[in-house]
Amino acid sequence: MSAMPERAFAAPHAGDILLSVRGLKMHFPVYEGALFRKVIGHVKAVDGVDFDIRRGETLGLVGESGCGKTTTGRCILQLERPSAGEILFNGKNLAELDRDAMRAMRSRIQVIFQDPYSSLNPRMTVGDIIGEPMKVHGTEPDRAKRDRRVRELLHTVGLNPRFADRYPHEMSGGQRQRVGIARALSLQPEFIVCDEAISALDVSIQAQIINLLEDLRDQFNLTYLFIAHDLSVVRHLCHRVAVMYLGKVVELAECDELFDNPMHPYTRALLNAVPIPDPEVEANRPHQVIQGEVPSPINPPSGCVFHPRCTLAVDGCKMSIPGLRELRPGHWVACTEV
Amino acid sequence: MATLLEVENLQTQFLTSAGIVKAVDGISYDVEEGETVAIVGESGCGKSVGALSIMRLIPWPPGRIIGGAVHFQGKDLVKLSDAEMRHVRGRQIGMVFQEPMTSLNPVLTIGLQLTETMRHHLGVTQEDADKRAVDLLGMVGISDPARRLKQYPHHLSGGMRQRVMIALALSCEPKLIIADEPTTALDVTIQAQILELMKGLTRRLGVALIVITHNLGVVARYADRVNVMYAGKIIERGRAHDIYHRPSHPYTLALLKSVPRMDQPRKAKLDPVQGQPPDLTRLDAGCAFRPRCAYRAERCEREFPSLDTVAPGHVAACFETARVTRLEKVAS
Ligand SMILES: Nc1ncnc2c1ncn2[C@@H]1O[C@H](COP(=O)(O)OP(=O)(O)OP(=O)(O)O)[C@@H](O)[C@H]1O
Ligand SMILES: Nc1ncnc2c1ncn2[C@@H]1O[C@H](COP(=O)(O)OP(=O)(O)OP(=O)(O)O)[C@@H](O)[C@H]1O
Ligand SMILES: [Mg+2]
Ligand SMILES: [Mg+2]
Repeated sequence: MSAMPERAFAAPHAGDILLSVRGLKMHFPVYEGALFRKVIGHVKAVDGVDFDIRRGETLGLVGESGCGKTTTGRCILQLERPSAGEILFNGKNLAELDRDAMRAMRSRIQVIFQDPYSSLNPRMTVGDIIGEPMKVHGTEPDRAKRDRRVRELLHTVGLNPRFADRYPHEMSGGQRQRVGIARALSLQPEFIVCDEAISALDVSIQAQIINLLEDLRDQFNLTYLFIAHDLSVVRHLCHRVAVMYLGKVVELAECDELFDNPMHPYTRALLNAVPIPDPEVEANRPHQVIQGEVPSPINPPSGCVFHPRCTLAVDGCKMSIPGLRELRPGHWVACTEV
Repeated sequence: MATLLEVENLQTQFLTSAGIVKAVDGISYDVEEGETVAIVGESGCGKSVGALSIMRLIPWPPGRIIGGAVHFQGKDLVKLSDAEMRHVRGRQIGMVFQEPMTSLNPVLTIGLQLTETMRHHLGVTQEDADKRAVDLLGMVGISDPARRLKQYPHHLSGGMRQRVMIALALSCEPKLIIADEPTTALDVTIQAQILELMKGLTRRLGVALIVITHNLGVVARYADRVNVMYAGKIIERGRAHDIYHRPSHPYTLALLKSVPRMDQPRKAKLDPVQGQPPDLTRLDAGCAFRPRCAYRAERCEREFPSLDTVAPGHVAACFETARVTRLEKVAS
């Protein structure tokens, strides 16, 4: 293995950690019965997740539908109360903050959603949508100043300030996503959870928004948790990547290291499944299709949750749950067979 | 190889309050027996309407095929009666849609949907149809097929429903399958399973495939030939290799350059297609791509370029193709 290729942008300093997720679990109860509701089990949406995000870093969170990416993001945003574990922001445990401190903290952590159609109030003008957080948080109570700031934000995300008077339905998907981004920026956050922020957009518009997210990151020294299922975009935008499977992180590494040297059998299968837009590459690439489907998170398999679909599985994998091991510097893998 | 399907100057329009939407504006292409042909292009460019027009599934009002022909096995599908067309659908041309829930009947078991189709089109007995249904589900990789036949669509996962759709599309041994975004709603490992399955089966059974997708990776992996659409027209066509390595239309070029690649380290910032997709109610006589085009010339304002040959089996609709290919050579 040669030295890691140099990236076109610098990776943030390893020591300066902005956000830590420690032993995070989010188990949703599953009920049965209409009148006397009885808990019959739990969806283990997130089941023991640890990672750090450095200041200025973009951490990619990937994995297939239902593996717990959004739930992890919602726990960070304090939209869910975790069943176990903690979220540390600037070293402070978010669960232990009092109301005022929490309010202040909320403005520093923002989110950009996948669906620009449903996340914007259709009856509000674009200007009011972007200005609302400043009003609610009282950071810009003066209407005139707030309007000026809204126009500034529109300009920042590449929209004509005249859009302030329009309604979301009068805009294209890409334009609406820019509005969502402007709104997220309105409180000058340090940290943004981007949950499938470009997935709903057309290919020709995706690249525009990817570039915008990148420019804003550089301009405002933002830190992103970038949740996405498009691995090509993740490789382009992220410094490090965590791969989730059934509520657990199974691999975590620097971006190029993960894509050039995937170690966990699930990561390998996932990367192999992504078709590359180049017929020559595709013609010379082995296609090993992973068998079966993702099992239910209500009754996850014993031991390593990936073992029923794994080609490397041995008897031991059914029994013990593998923890993350650092197999190369900064490259963590939860598998005993690699 | 013999030509199986030939679409000739097909035009489909929708009457809306905003005006006439020229969703498909005179497209022509063909499909050879056993071949996989891809249709790509951004959202709203007319890919689905083009496919639905072949199947004569355009709802009137507001939509209508206003011109052109679809030659298939010696007939012009545009001219067939509704009854004749029903025989073509399902029997001779199968369809697989993005969202199988909209095309599977939620209140009928999987088994009934499969056997009904076969009894109707093939005139086989219930017993034979049952046997074939079990075989078909096995063929598309569904385990325990006998039990699955008694289940309803909502009992199945998205990937499994898509397998059922493929079984249904194959059930009457069609010569052609039209798959509209067959894997867009699925996870990537399931997408790979479904696409490998479709590739394997179409090759083995000699079925031709029209695959509609916006995923340039899927096209690169599976298509023999590619049609690139923009604003209701085909603007470039060629063998997949030529389209990817020698794009001759500025839109194709811009599209290919705008997507990041998972197999290569990041090199620089992305180079997006500038501007917004066009409004199909406001097209004029000029080239629809010109507001976003880096190679725009004066002539593009007035005239729409025809699809002209740039190399054997490779056509593009641009006055500036020579400039596009030359500059690309210099750049790479
Ligand atoms: N409020 C809830 N109650 C019960 N189960 C839930 C709840 N929210 C999420 N889940 C379940 O938790 C699991 C993880 O869901 P989550 O939305 O985090 O996945 P995801 O990785 O974001 O998937 P996708 O890629 O589809 O967005 C899923 O099985 C989901 O059905
Ligand atoms: N029932 C309808 N009424 C009015 N306009 C329609 C109707 N169906 C489609 N259109 C219009 O026809 C054009 C082509 O639509 P089509 O569904 O073929 O796009 P597409 O290329 O399949 O896009 P996508 O990738 O989003 O599926 C669009 O501009 C669309 O708005
Ligand atoms: Mg999600
Ligand atoms: Mg479509």
